[in-house]
Amino acid sequence: MYIKRFVKHYYIMLVPALLWLFFFSVVPMFGIIMAFQDYNPGKGILHSEFVGLDNFVYMFQMSDVRQVLANTVVIAVGKIVGNIIIPLVFALLLNELCLKRIKRPIQTIVYLPYFLSWVILAKIVLNIFGYTGPVNQLIEIFGGGRINFFGEPDLFQPLVIGTDIWKGFGYNTVVYLAAILGVDQSLYEAAAVDGAGRFKRIWHVTMPGIRTTVALLAILSLGNVLNAGFDQIYNLYNPLVYSTGDIIDTWVYRAGLENLQYSLATAVGLFKSVISVILIAVGYKLADKFTGYKLF
Amino acid sequence: MIENRSMGSKIFDAVNVVILILITLVCILPVWYVLCVSLSSREAVNAGQVALWPVGFNLLSYQKIMGESDFFGSFLVSIKRVVLGTVVSMVCILMAAYPLSRTKKQFPKRDVFMWIFVFCMLFSGGTVPWYVTMKNYGLMDSVWGLVLGMGLHVFNVILAVNFFKNLPVELEEACFVDGGGPWRCLITVYVPLAKPMVATIVLFTIVSYWNEFFQGMVLSTRQSSYPLQTYIQQMVVTLDYSSMNVDQIAQAMKLNNLSLDAAKIFIAMIPVLIVYPFLQKYFVSGITLGSVKG
Repeated sequence: MYIKRFVKHYYIMLVPALLWLFFFSVVPMFGIIMAFQDYNPGKGILHSEFVGLDNFVYMFQMSDVRQVLANTVVIAVGKIVGNIIIPLVFALLLNELCLKRIKRPIQTIVYLPYFLSWVILAKIVLNIFGYTGPVNQLIEIFGGGRINFFGEPDLFQPLVIGTDIWKGFGYNTVVYLAAILGVDQSLYEAAAVDGAGRFKRIWHVTMPGIRTTVALLAILSLGNVLNAGFDQIYNLYNPLVYSTGDIIDTWVYRAGLENLQYSLATAVGLFKSVISVILIAVGYKLADKFTGYKLF
Repeated sequence: MIENRSMGSKIFDAVNVVILILITLVCILPVWYVLCVSLSSREAVNAGQVALWPVGFNLLSYQKIMGESDFFGSFLVSIKRVVLGTVVSMVCILMAAYPLSRTKKQFPKRDVFMWIFVFCMLFSGGTVPWYVTMKNYGLMDSVWGLVLGMGLHVFNVILAVNFFKNLPVELEEACFVDGGGPWRCLITVYVPLAKPMVATIVLFTIVSYWNEFFQGMVLSTRQSSYPLQTYIQQMVVTLDYSSMNVDQIAQAMKLNNLSLDAAKIFIAMIPVLIVYPFLQKYFVSGITLGSVKG
């Protein structure tokens, strides 16, 4: 019910959140002006010289940036595909598990890596795949030569994608398991009566039943096409693998905060933000159209 | 369900159990490995003898940590950050979610504010403008920089809005009839009813503040203001691998006390391992909450 004197309280309730957003999300957005300037920290944003689109033109001329963009898309798309397929397979296997008693403990454990930070997981991964680590010892036992896993440009992208899937697949399974539970049980019985075996039932009953969920997750991950995961890569990479491992976010960090090329880094960051927002908006629009999903 | 177990089906069952157990082990192994390394002697670790079981079992690494005031300083910074961050976040999220979950009739400007929130969620100025802003605010080396710099997590606001929207409207009406206003309705009716949602958001907020390292790194000008994750991240002196050959890398590795590092990493995992069982209980419902339709 509409009560006029309450409306002012509604505004008051919004104040803390709006203040936070204003000072820490909106104000930094004005810093985007730097992308169109030759920013000089000594002069500040108000007095730096405007250079129009020079930074953007320069950005697309740098072979560096083109390589970084390609790396970002390859890694991000690899992660998106892997993070949809692997949890799906895992959820199906888990659903077919005959020992119901161990289902719960398995779920509990596979969620764990998702909640640990990349700082910690990267240290562990680097140790395990390290030059004297367990993996190399295993290789040596079987007569192979030691491999400097995180020093090989060719191995870096698969390792990044693989470890990302390892961290997230348990967590990503939750959504699929919920969807599988939602499939009408009588359909399985009907299929069995019609003579469908186990795999046929998975293929003709379970899969169609969770098709919408898979489609939804795929559409919503559209916004991540330029998001290759800063935390992970920053903690795993080193100069030996910059050629395949450097992504937009790590490049922006090094260019902007380490080499103090504020304007160029802001321009590249802005480029990424704008493309991402467009992709996310398209994703939500498509999700709404095809599956009826609404964010709010 | 249907019991129709053929031979092939039984073989599949057996293989399935083995595969799932192996996958599960792959998820727990890293934690186990860190624990083993931290409990092994430094020599055994550097010689690469430790894999799945502690070699030369001892607690020296943990004793050594007791003397490292830097480590505990960072631990304290992280605790402060998590506590302040969670309290501030929850107050902002719950207060904002209530008006945003009202109907357009009750709160005519609702949609305008909703779009402001969503815009802030989707678009950001990027790392460099954010950093310049934080610097201008004078929030370097300050725990408030670490708390507020993370920004309001708008997705959590939307989660809370969706939850509030699905509560029966009669509850609110009853509260108003009893003479209560929006504040009383939020605090005495809505928040207590939203326990699973609040728990989910609290736990996710704790984990995200605890795990954040990047802002801790760029907002700190001295080591004493590092949160724990940043401390861990900076722990091993950054080596320039490009100028080293393989033997030199191995040599440099030997100089590090890997056992001590592992003990620090293990301690940094403990808070997450503690909140994890609670998370586990709520986050399944929490994730599905996100897809509630309005």
